[in-house]
Amino acid sequence: MELILALAIGVLGGSGVWLLMRPRTFQVIIGLSLLSYAVNLFIFSMGRFPVGRPPVLEPGTMGDPAVFADPLPQALVLTAIVIGFATTALFLVVMMAARGLTGGDHVDGRARDR
Amino acid sequence: MPDALYLSAAILLPYLGAAIAALLPNNARHLEAWLAGGVALLSLCMVWLCYASIANGAVPRFEIPWVPELGLNLILRMDGFASVFAVMIAGIGFLVVLYARYYMSQEDPIPRFFAFLLAFMGSMMGLVLSGNLIQLVFFWELTSLFSFLLIGYWQHSASARDGARMALTVTSAGGLALLAGMLLLGHIVGSYDLERVLASGDVIRSHSLYLPTLILILMGALTKSAQFPFHFWLPQAMAAPTPVSAYLHSATLVKAGIFLMARLWPVMAGTEAWFWILGASGMITLLVGAYVAIFQHDLKGLLAYSTISHLGLITLLLSLSSPLAMVAAIFHTMNHATFKASLFMAAGIIDHETGTRDIRRLSGLNESMPFTARLALVAAAAMAGVPLLNGFISKEMFFTEALTAASAPTLMHSMLPLVATVAGIFAVTYSLRFIHGAFFGPPTDDLPRKPHEPPQWMRVPVEILVLGCMVVGVLPAATIGPYLDVAVRSVLGDATPEYSLAVWHGFNLPLVMSLFALAGGVLLYHLLQPHLRSGVEGTPLLRGLDGRRIFDQAMVFLSWRFARTLERLMGTSRLQMQLRLMVCVTILAATLALLPYGLSPGEVALTSIDPVVALIWIVGGGCAIGAAYQAKYHRLAALILLGGAGLVTCMTFVWFSAPDLALTQLMVEVVTTVLLLLGLRWLPKRMEERGSGSFKARARRLRDLGVAVAAGAGLTALSYATMTRVSPDGISRHFLERAYTEGGGTNVVNVILVDFRGFDTMGEIAVLGIVALTVYALLRRFRPAAESIGVPEQQQGDAGAWLLAPGVLMRLMFPVIGVVSIFLLLRGHDLPGGGFAAGLMMSVAILLQYMVAGTRWVEDHLRVRPLRWMGGGLLLAAGTGLGAMVVGRPFLTSYFAYADLGWLGKLPMASAMLFDLGVFCLVFGATVLMLIAIAHQSVRSQRAAPPPVVSPSLPAMAAGDD
Repeated sequence: MELILALAIGVLGGSGVWLLMRPRTFQVIIGLSLLSYAVNLFIFSMGRFPVGRPPVLEPGTMGDPAVFADPLPQALVLTAIVIGFATTALFLVVMMAARGLTGGDHVDGRARDR
Repeated sequence: MPDALYLSAAILLPYLGAAIAALLPNNARHLEAWLAGGVALLSLCMVWLCYASIANGAVPRFEIPWVPELGLNLILRMDGFASVFAVMIAGIGFLVVLYARYYMSQEDPIPRFFAFLLAFMGSMMGLVLSGNLIQLVFFWELTSLFSFLLIGYWQHSASARDGARMALTVTSAGGLALLAGMLLLGHIVGSYDLERVLASGDVIRSHSLYLPTLILILMGALTKSAQFPFHFWLPQAMAAPTPVSAYLHSATLVKAGIFLMARLWPVMAGTEAWFWILGASGMITLLVGAYVAIFQHDLKGLLAYSTISHLGLITLLLSLSSPLAMVAAIFHTMNHATFKASLFMAAGIIDHETGTRDIRRLSGLNESMPFTARLALVAAAAMAGVPLLNGFISKEMFFTEALTAASAPTLMHSMLPLVATVAGIFAVTYSLRFIHGAFFGPPTDDLPRKPHEPPQWMRVPVEILVLGCMVVGVLPAATIGPYLDVAVRSVLGDATPEYSLAVWHGFNLPLVMSLFALAGGVLLYHLLQPHLRSGVEGTPLLRGLDGRRIFDQAMVFLSWRFARTLERLMGTSRLQMQLRLMVCVTILAATLALLPYGLSPGEVALTSIDPVVALIWIVGGGCAIGAAYQAKYHRLAALILLGGAGLVTCMTFVWFSAPDLALTQLMVEVVTTVLLLLGLRWLPKRMEERGSGSFKARARRLRDLGVAVAAGAGLTALSYATMTRVSPDGISRHFLERAYTEGGGTNVVNVILVDFRGFDTMGEIAVLGIVALTVYALLRRFRPAAESIGVPEQQQGDAGAWLLAPGVLMRLMFPVIGVVSIFLLLRGHDLPGGGFAAGLMMSVAILLQYMVAGTRWVEDHLRVRPLRWMGGGLLLAAGTGLGAMVVGRPFLTSYFAYADLGWLGKLPMASAMLFDLGVFCLVFGATVLMLIAIAHQSVRSQRAAPPPVVSPSLPAMAAGDD
């Protein structure tokens, strides 16, 4: 199981990195989203992968780490998901503005002769 | 305690005066002068009030702890040596203010002048009264800054700007070295407290870091005091107004270097390195400065080089490491300040009354301004070392020391008497040139202005200073004696030698040297007459030694050629290149970090593979790769595939016990997809062209593929290695155990967000709000490209009719989704849900209405005011946090209880609930604001952006380059 999830993180991350280095703004947005999935899963994996043990306690009890899932990576990933959404929205608008200003959708405004 | 008051007042008064002076109106010349003069006099009084205890051997000291752990405290202390400098700073400062009142013209912006002058005075005062090394460097830098502003006071003149810039560059470079040196010194001693440092001479001199420390500190001192090879900035600084030159270049700025060297003399002098560095620099400066001074045609230029030469003399005295030389150095510092300040002022008077400072044009001013001529004559004689004037006595001391030191075996020591005599000859020559050139000879009519005596009060400062020269010259022991003694004792302590301040020491070798210098100087001046009269620019024999040219070339090289080359070699403005570099560096850094340990799988037994998870991840991986492949030509397909990968991630969260994450991810997924769909409309059409890539483009893609595969493989290896190890016992236990007992909620993730890490969450929602506002602001001036303005063909015609059934359904669903959202919010503390998920779900409800019914219909029937939601949410969250402070707890402390609502069940009433409500409002408001702002672009009447400049590379764009 660990291998599958490690591979999943790798595939998401690799696809994200590939798109990150592409010249079109839309590709970069998609790449960043894929990369954020990978990173979120990676942070999530710090709590390992328990099945059927959500970190929801019985009222009046103290939680035992051996019984419940690790809540800390979950809390961190939750904030990361929301911030990731915010940056995606911001980048989208920057992309729209750049498209209007430069007439193209190249990440540098215009392609260069290389 | 009064001492503390006096000391801090001596520094604070000038700064306070500077602030007031800066605020006065432009024409308040009298008021400015009164203010500045009063401040200078008051500062002088403060120093004087401390002097009583100093004379008794006490050292007034005032300490304010700031960061005691780092040894950074504000310490003010004044011993005898510092008091001499403090008196010069305040006293000559007062005279300069008086002089400047008459010197500065109507057109000059007076407030700026006096504000800078007073601020400089405060900085100098702070420098000499500092009892902490770092504090000293701080004031040192302040003097550099304010001298820069003063030298460049006449901003309209290019030479003033260049001179100021050069002075700043040189002295602040030295200041940087000094800071490093002081840090080293503090490291050696173990304290930055000056008194501790002064008590640790043996430790410092025998430490292995002594040499670097010495070199760095002397770099600072020599640049400030314009010593060879850093002397070249001082003549350029003569572009300053003359009162500034009189102040900065006689008594204060350039003496700061001397002050520092003498201050550290007891603990750093006495070594070979000290003698060779300072001796060589001082000797060269003394000779070269005096020699160059002879051939200056500008009165101020002559004085500038003579200042350099005199500072060289003092440096040379300090290098000898003998107590008597120290006495001579301190004495000459005082004498030089008096006669040089008066000479600068005299030069300023000549400039002011005749309109020129060029010795070649001036002649016979003795006729028209006899008083000024007498005063300048006396001051110049003091500079030349004529008997019965103060310069003579300290010069005698210098000659005596030169003779004493000559008994040492090295060549440099034995050269000293010769060097001293030659320098004495040069000094007589340039003094003679100053006086003879300007005041004697036939009167000339060829001057910009008709010369006459200056206003009486303009001459008073010069008169006071010249009187000082004469009184000290005739009766040294009775006048300056006690003060000099206090100063010397505070530096040398028990090592204070017997010295005599008498004018007449009998007919001895130093006197012979003096007389020889006088005679030689007169003879040399006579011999040089033909050359000087010819009016040739430049110095014979030393034409090549142009420090300014070398400096300029160095600056051009550093700031232009070198910088450009570096930028070309190491910089790029291309985003792709930057991102590629970033990814590569990350991979490299991770590899290097892992290299010593290797990356092996851990020891934990693997869990068995669940075929369902394997299956969904085959789909998820496929989606990710598909999205990467399609993102260029098939944006919609890529977006759908991205959503697929997101959903699989979401399922993974559900599967592995993270319901909150799954819920939030699902909502974010929906909102993000809609956002991107809205953005797609504005992008250019892109048609797929198979096989268009050139060989180079394919090679680039292959390289990027390699990088991406490496990054992915690295991530896989890293996560696999992590997952197969036992997770260390972190702080999770803390959260799990206290979530209910102290946070009052059973959903630990939510409790962490709104309670344990509430401050973090608060920052996060603030970021979300800022992003939403930025999006809104960016879109207000949005200008789409011309070709995407028209309504897309899919929206032409009656698009609303297609969505009639979904429209009705969604309208019915709106309250249902709203209720679910509130439900999620309310139960969030105990069960999966919470403000983030609920806020996003609520915005999805709004969003669906926009999608199926169209913007116009929704806004006719429903007004969402996202900005109010955001503001209210942020206020609620912050208010909850502040509420805790009202009852005396730290910010964001939470309180909880359960409210029994009868058959509805128990409602958790933690204060964190209110906080979560704030989160809900803000997330809802921010999300809706962004979505509406982007959606509105389609209904707004657009003005097209101007067409971009067509560049030659445009064809390459069309050809689908990578």
